[in-house]
Amino acid sequence: MRIVNEAKALIKENIRDYGMFIALFVIMITFNVLTNGMFMSSRNISNLLDSAGYIAVLAVGMTLVIVIRHIDLSVGYIAGFLGAVAAILLMQQGWSVFLVIPVILLLGMVIGLFNGLLIAQLGIPAFVATLAGMLIFRGALLQVTAGTGTIIVQNTFFNAIGNGFIPSVMEINSLHLTTLLIGLITILFFVYGEIKTRIDRIKYTFEVVSVPIFVLKLVFISFIIGYITYILAGYNGFSWTVIIVLVVTMIYHFITSKTVLGRQIYAVGSNPEAAHLSGINVKKVTYMVMGSMSMLAALSGIMYTARLQSATTTAGMLFELDAIAAAYVGGVSSAGGVGKVTGAIIGAIVMASLTNGMNLMGVGISYQYMIRGGVLAGAVIFDVITRKRGK
Amino acid sequence: MAENILEMHTITKEFPGVKALDNVTFQVEKGEIHCLVGENGAGKSTLMKVLSGVYPYGEYDGDIVLNGKVQQFNTINDSENAGIAIIYQELALFPDLPVYENIYIGNEVKNKGIINWNQTIIKSIDMLKKVNLKVKPETLIKDLGVGKQQLVEIAKALSKNVQLLILDEPTAALNEDDSENLLNLIKALKTQGITCIMITHKLKEVVTIADKATVIRDGQTICTLDAKKGEVNERTIIKNMVGRELNDIYPKRPEKKIGETVLELQDWSAYDQQLGRHVVKKADISLRKGEIIGLAGLMGSGRTELALSMFGNPKNYKIKGTLLLNNKATHFKHTSDAIKEGLAYVTEDRKGKGLFLTQNITTNITAANLNGISSNGILNMNEEVTVAERYKDSINIKSSSINQLVGKLSGGNQQKVSISKWLFVSPDILILDEPTRGIDVGAKFEIYTVMNELISRGMSIIMISSELGEVLGMSDRIYVMAEGEIKGEITSDEADQEKIMELATQ
Repeated sequence: MRIVNEAKALIKENIRDYGMFIALFVIMITFNVLTNGMFMSSRNISNLLDSAGYIAVLAVGMTLVIVIRHIDLSVGYIAGFLGAVAAILLMQQGWSVFLVIPVILLLGMVIGLFNGLLIAQLGIPAFVATLAGMLIFRGALLQVTAGTGTIIVQNTFFNAIGNGFIPSVMEINSLHLTTLLIGLITILFFVYGEIKTRIDRIKYTFEVVSVPIFVLKLVFISFIIGYITYILAGYNGFSWTVIIVLVVTMIYHFITSKTVLGRQIYAVGSNPEAAHLSGINVKKVTYMVMGSMSMLAALSGIMYTARLQSATTTAGMLFELDAIAAAYVGGVSSAGGVGKVTGAIIGAIVMASLTNGMNLMGVGISYQYMIRGGVLAGAVIFDVITRKRGK
Repeated sequence: MAENILEMHTITKEFPGVKALDNVTFQVEKGEIHCLVGENGAGKSTLMKVLSGVYPYGEYDGDIVLNGKVQQFNTINDSENAGIAIIYQELALFPDLPVYENIYIGNEVKNKGIINWNQTIIKSIDMLKKVNLKVKPETLIKDLGVGKQQLVEIAKALSKNVQLLILDEPTAALNEDDSENLLNLIKALKTQGITCIMITHKLKEVVTIADKATVIRDGQTICTLDAKKGEVNERTIIKNMVGRELNDIYPKRPEKKIGETVLELQDWSAYDQQLGRHVVKKADISLRKGEIIGLAGLMGSGRTELALSMFGNPKNYKIKGTLLLNNKATHFKHTSDAIKEGLAYVTEDRKGKGLFLTQNITTNITAANLNGISSNGILNMNEEVTVAERYKDSINIKSSSINQLVGKLSGGNQQKVSISKWLFVSPDILILDEPTRGIDVGAKFEIYTVMNELISRGMSIIMISSELGEVLGMSDRIYVMAEGEIKGEITSDEADQEKIMELATQ
C-alpha cells in the first residue's frame, strides 16, 4: 500500500511532467485498437517517427524561444529556403555533402543572429521581426527555385538523412542487430545514470524515492525503450532521422538542464528584469536562443529536402505553426520560464501520431485539422488549469 | 463655522495582517485647501482610495459623508458622479492621444452614442483656459512636459464638474516653476469654489498653500492644524509626523570595526531618458568597510535610482560623475561587472524584479552566481542543493523543502531567499533596498541580525529605508535624500527622527 501511495503522490506532484506521456500513451493505444494493430506495426512506427523528425527539431528550438517569451514565425520558410540552397549547392554547384551541411547550418545561425539583433538590440517585437523574416524567406525560396522549379537531389548520402537507416551488421531472427545493440546500450546507460544519480544523492543525504518505486521506474522506462527498439528493429532499424532527433534532443536537454547557459535561459524567461539585476546578459541569451532556433531550422530544411529527395517551391509552409503547436502540446508555457525540450519532442510525436493514426483510419482531412486543433487547445487548457491549481 | 463638504468618520481598513487605517477621522471644509501629510505608509493613499471608491463600500468600516449625505461608493465612477476627482502621482493619461481626447475620455461628448469631435474640441478649449494651459487641444500628450500633463489631468477633472479635487503628490515630479504654477492654479480654483485635498511630502508647500493640514501616522489621525490659528508650520508638522514610539527592537551591534573607504561617489548624477529628468543630482556619498550607511528619504526621492545607477546601471541612465571602488575610478557596463567587483543589490520590488517566482528556492539562490556551482559552464546540481540547504538553515528560510516554488512563500521568506541569492555572491558591498518592507516583526529581527553578522565579517552595507526607526536603529551614518539630491549627512549619534524628516521634506 505504501508503494501505491508513494506512486500516487509522485504522479500528483509531477502531473505536468507526466501528463503528456500519459496522453501519448492513450493516443497510441487508442489508434492501435481502432486500426487493429496496424498503428503499432514496425513499419508504421518507423514511418511516423521519420515524418515527425523535421518538425521535432524545430519544436526543440521553438520551446526555448517561447521559454524566453518570444516567438519565431520565420523558421518554416528559413527551412524551405535553406533546404533549397542545400539542393542547389549539391546539384548545381557540385559541392561535397560534407561541406554543404555545415555551411547550411552556419547560414541558419547567421540568420538567427540577425533575428536576435532585431529583437534584442533594436527591441522589435519578435512576432513582427520574424513575420517579416517569414515573408522574406518565402520570397527567397521562390526566387532561388524560379529558374528550375523543383530541384531533384540525386545524392544517396544526402538523401539518406531523410530516408536511410543505420547499417545493420547482421540480422538475428530478421531483427536489425545494430538497432538492438544501440537500444541495449541506451538502456544500460540509462540504468547506470539513474543509479549513479541515486548514489550521489544518498551521499549528499538528499531525499530519494523508495527502492521499489525506483526499480519500478527503471523497469518501466527500460521496457519502453526496449519495446520501441524491438519494433523498429523489426523493420529497417533506426533511421538516420531518428538518430539526428535523438542527438539534438540529448544535446539540448543537456544544455537546458545541466549548464549555466540553460539556467540563464530559464531565468530570462521567468523574469527578465530580475535576470538582468542578477548579472545575466539578457541580450546575449536572446541572441543564443534565436541563433540556435534558425540553425535548427536549417537542419530541419536539410532533413525535409532529404526526405523528399528534392527541394520544392512550397517547402517549409506552416512548419512554424506545427512547431509552435508541438511545443505547446509539449508543455511550454507562454508566460515564460517553463517548458522542457523533451516535452517538445513528445509534443511533436503526439501531433504526428494524430495525423498518422487518422490517416490510417481514413479520417477526412477537414476533421483531422479540427481534431488537431482541439488537442492543441486541450493541451493549453490543461497547462493553465494545472498551473492554477498549483498556486 | 463653514459647513464641511466632506466628513470621514471612524474609517478602519484592514489588509490581511495589517491595519492600514485605524479609526481615522478626517474633515474638510467647503472651499478650503487641505493638505494631508505623513510618512510613507502612514495611510494617506489608503484613505484616499477609500474615499474614491477604489476600496468599495463594505471593505472598510466607518462612514463617508459628502455634503451631509452618507455615501456608499462601489466604484470610482460612483465617487466621480458625486463630484470627487482624484489625480494620482503616476498620471493616467494616454500619451499617444491628443489633449482633447484625454480630457473627455470616459466622459465623451456624444449624441445617441456618436461622438461629436468638434464639440469636444471646443469644450476642451474652455477647460484648458480654466487651468491656464496654453496649448492646442490637438497636441499629443507625449509632446507635453510633466507639468503641463498635470494640468491636463486637472482639466479632465474639471470637465466632470468636480467639487472635491484630490491631488496625490502633484509636485513630486515637477520642477520649481511648474510647481509654483500648479500651486497658483489650486489657489485660483479655490476662488471658484473647488475644494482641494493635497497629499504632499514637501512641507514648504504645505505652509504656503494650506488652510488646514491633517497629519496621519501609522493609520491614525494625529491632529488637524489650522493655518488661521498659526499652527501650520514645518516644526509642528514634523513633530506630529514622527512622534512615533520606536517599538521595534534592534539587535545589539557587535564591536564596530570600521575600516578604509571602500566605495565613494563623487558629483554623481543620473539622467533618466524616459522620464526626461535627473533622478540623481550631484550626489556625494562614501562607504567604509564594516559600516552600515542608511539612505533615508521619502518615496520618489531618488534612493533606488541612486542604487541602480551605481549597480551597473540597468535602466540606462545617462551618468555623470565618478565612482571610486577601493579608491580606484571604476565604470560598470553591465550589472554583471558590478557583481564581479563585489557589489550586490537586493531590490525593493522582490516579486517584480528580484525573484523568479516560477522557479524553486534552489534556482533562485544560485541565479546570481552560477559560476559558483559550475565548472566549464556545466552545473554541479548536488553542490547547488548543498548551497541552497546551507542558506535555508543559516538564514532560516521556512519552507517544506528547497524545491518549493518561491512564488508560494510568504513575504518574509521570499525576502530571505532574495537576500540569500546575493549573499551567495559573497559581495563586499551589499545594497539593501527596503529590506524589511511588508514582512513581519520576527522576520525583520532575523534580517537585522544577519546584517550585523555580515558587517562583523567585513562587509559594508548601504541600507535604503523609509522606516525611520530602522534607519536610526541600524545605521552608522545616515544620508538623507530628497528630489534626487543628498540633502544632508548625519552620524547615528546626532540623528533623530525630526532631523531626518526635516531634510527629507525640503
